[in-house]
Amino acid sequence: MKLLFGRPAGLTEIKQRYCSGCGHGIVHRIIGELLVEMNIREKAIGIAPVGCSVFADEYFNCDMIQVPHGRAPAVATGIKRARPECFVFTYQGDGDLAAIGTAETIHAAARNENITIIFINNAIYGMTGGQLAPTTLPGMRSTTSVKGRDVVKQGYPIKVCELLNGLDGPFYLERVAVDTPKNIIKTKKAIKTGFQYQIDNKGFSLIEVLSMCPTGWGVTPVQAKKWIAEVMAKYYPMGEFRNRAKEAK
Amino acid sequence: MAEKQLMYGNHALVEGVIYAGCRFFAGYPITPQNEVPEYMSIRMNEVGGVFLQTESELAAINMLFGAASTGARAMTSSSSPGISLMQEGLSYIAGADVPVLVANVVRGGPGLGNIAPAQSDYFQSVKSGGHGDYHTIVLAPNSAQELFEFPKLGFELAEKYRNPALILADGLLGQMMEHVEIKGEPVDPKSLPEKDWWLTGCKGRERRVIRSYDLRPGKLEEWNWQRWEKYQKIIKNEQRYEGIKIDDAEIIIVAYGTSARIAEAGLRIARENGIKVGLLRPITLWPFPADITGELSKKIENFLVVEMSLGQMIEDVKLAIEGRSKVYFIGHPGGGLPNAQEVYNKILEIRGKK
Repeated sequence: MKLLFGRPAGLTEIKQRYCSGCGHGIVHRIIGELLVEMNIREKAIGIAPVGCSVFADEYFNCDMIQVPHGRAPAVATGIKRARPECFVFTYQGDGDLAAIGTAETIHAAARNENITIIFINNAIYGMTGGQLAPTTLPGMRSTTSVKGRDVVKQGYPIKVCELLNGLDGPFYLERVAVDTPKNIIKTKKAIKTGFQYQIDNKGFSLIEVLSMCPTGWGVTPVQAKKWIAEVMAKYYPMGEFRNRAKEAK
Repeated sequence: MAEKQLMYGNHALVEGVIYAGCRFFAGYPITPQNEVPEYMSIRMNEVGGVFLQTESELAAINMLFGAASTGARAMTSSSSPGISLMQEGLSYIAGADVPVLVANVVRGGPGLGNIAPAQSDYFQSVKSGGHGDYHTIVLAPNSAQELFEFPKLGFELAEKYRNPALILADGLLGQMMEHVEIKGEPVDPKSLPEKDWWLTGCKGRERRVIRSYDLRPGKLEEWNWQRWEKYQKIIKNEQRYEGIKIDDAEIIIVAYGTSARIAEAGLRIARENGIKVGLLRPITLWPFPADITGELSKKIENFLVVEMSLGQMIEDVKLAIEGRSKVYFIGHPGGGLPNAQEVYNKILEIRGKK
């Protein structure tokens, strides 16, 4: 019998610990597939953050390093500059990338560092139990904004792609989502594009993925998918923000 | 004949780093060590290495974490406030057993303090400045010559034990010009043998993981005890010191770095006046040369510790002496310097108490 659909060789056999309806598993699978399809698994070094995806160092079937909260782009820079022949990607959540690691993110982008960042935006701190994230929407409830994010007291969310698009440095910025099969296909295409630009020595890519966190949001997996389409994607519009390859044409 | 040059301490450090085969530097400007990144940017360009001026010391230490994880000899330099920012990274690096080299050209503190030479980062350096149980290997040069020589030693010790190493200098050593003898064979980075933990891409082998966490019950305790065993080995094998006229001494001065240079001048005045003073200069601050300190305390009644701080190393001296001898102190915190006459006067005072 021929196996038609199984675990890609870019993922380890270890059982993932993510919650039901969480988007991490989908994005992990996409990366796991691409590591093999693009023949980069054996030269890849992945960087796991602090947050729900801290265990990514167990899940991706390639060399991995787990690093301090928010510092993945700096570690990635060190790896890529020391071993330019390696393929280097970071996998980071919104607290990691857009709060504690804002400086590292902006400066890696400004340097057009030849790395790929997979940025999971689920508008909440998942690992620590659902606190306000830099990406939590105005009015959205969290365990540290129980009546909803009050923009007077707690400020406004950070739109990472828009923010980085204000810099000359980055080569490729795109925002996608994993709420529907169609969007999942688009996400894979976007990550593949970012990976290819690194292989072609083009420089910095960041793919922001709008991703479900039913546990943190206090909703069912089905409701979470709907919420992305109906609410989240309206605040965080999807699309290609920057593609220097197209500009050059 | 070896080449002799007149060099700034900070420049000597850079040459020592290049000589040690390091081809990766990341750092952020801070006085009094700015000559390090400035000169390093030129030298790394000449030797085909990597120079990165970072957005912060946080970024710098984490770039080292990445580079060193792939097997590169990687170093950064900074001064006290910047080194404080690196403590998070150093804790992760120590917890992941990765060798890196960090130089601290210490200035007056706490806070922004001033830019004068100081030794007030001793506790932070030897007691583990970040969170968790760990130690960094700490080397204390007292001249431009040692600033040139210690990077190689630092990398060798760091790699031998898979542990971060620190060079603890100060603003005076960094800014002072002295003769430096360029000696020994320069290390070719390509000659360094590949280790079984380097991240290089998993072609032809099992994948490798570098991490500092373990959530399995009991495993982190186990891992920490393994590291404790490593620390015991370092303590047993790597205590380094210089003893100056300690064999016939009736009073022993303990001082490192700049304080040791000044204390040695005080020692000379005492010897000219017929007082038998010796100097014990710790070269490794961690591991502290406790064995020789303890040995000396079995026959010598009085010790004088000289530090540019409120008194930090003195605690390790007292621990090594275990109450056998009296320990006196001269301290200058906040960027103050001791002087030779002051050291001599203190020796007279100690003798007068007999």
